[in-house]
Amino acid sequence: MDWMAWTWPTAAFFGVIALLLITFTILAIRFPETPRVGVLRIETTRGDRLFITLLGSAFINLAWLGLLGANQPYALILCMLYAAAVFRWV
Amino acid sequence: MQKTPNQKAWFLVLPVLVLVAFSAVIPLMTVVNYAVQDTFGNNRFFWAGLTWFDDLLASDRMWNALGRQVAFSAIILAIEIPLGIFVALNMPKRGVWASVCLVLMALPLLIPFNVVGTIWQIFGRVDIGLLGYALSAAGIDYNYTQDAVDAWITVVVMDVWHWTSLVALLAYAGLQSIPGAYYQAARIDQASRWAVFRYIELPKMAGVLMIAILLRFMDSFMIYTEPFVVTGGGPGNATTFLSIDLVKMAMGQFDLGPAGAFSLMYFLVILAVSWAFYTVMVNLDKREG
Repeated sequence: MDWMAWTWPTAAFFGVIALLLITFTILAIRFPETPRVGVLRIETTRGDRLFITLLGSAFINLAWLGLLGANQPYALILCMLYAAAVFRWV
Repeated sequence: MQKTPNQKAWFLVLPVLVLVAFSAVIPLMTVVNYAVQDTFGNNRFFWAGLTWFDDLLASDRMWNALGRQVAFSAIILAIEIPLGIFVALNMPKRGVWASVCLVLMALPLLIPFNVVGTIWQIFGRVDIGLLGYALSAAGIDYNYTQDAVDAWITVVVMDVWHWTSLVALLAYAGLQSIPGAYYQAARIDQASRWAVFRYIELPKMAGVLMIAILLRFMDSFMIYTEPFVVTGGGPGNATTFLSIDLVKMAMGQFDLGPAGAFSLMYFLVILAVSWAFYTVMVNLDKREG
């Protein structure tokens, strides 16, 4: 694994993503759901909302870095708010 | 019919999962690792945090390449989609000529990218190329190696030549699937040619056209070989699209960190746009079916 040049932060990052995927898989098996239509007027399941959350969070982080360029961890708070909004309304 | 749920079937997906892991997931993870580190070779890395992302977001280089890329994709989509529809509408619907047309249309799609590049590289040369020679003989000052506008025109025309048939073939397939009853009804109502196109053909083609737009957007957004062979990204940086710039950064300068950060942002944009297209496509199908 040496050639992959692992670091602790990146390992933690992928660990969190893997955990999220596993959690949502278990959730989908234990509590099956029907897709619903939200503000985007498209059918979404929990998995879709997770994808929208993660992708949007990446852009929120990039925008924070590009526009403010400091205190990156605070961007995560914004991402949390975004995640809550996505899971509530999308 | 009663179906018995059998979750063991998921194990049949394992080979694909392994393949995708090796061809996409693991390389992508490595790119993420590179993007937050610096290296001087010898596989020794130093933590750099978000420096590369910060640098790239603040520099003009990536934004300019992104601007050129978006302009290129927009231009070729604006030409290829209407042109492809137009060609499909005028292709014979049956008989020998339908087959002849289909084969002719498929020909450019079968030519490898670098060969297409070479063809146009020579075709456009002023000294030996048919196009370049004819244009200069006609008194038009054309030189794609020195004039940015000429280089753009050449690259755009090359892409149109290479890929319009894909749009045309998809649109043709969409047209062929429209039942004759629709046209009969339109004739009874004395609908104009435009009304037939607007209210029968276009809605029925919407699905395949979305696929065509998605495919052409993705391919043009990732284009590398053809402009690289024809212009090499020049003159200056005039036709340096995202992929060309990325390869320059990663392979030319061997700046693995910045190139990793660049790749990730490139990937995110493609992922977002593809997701949007895909979602629209799936929802179009649902509304129809």
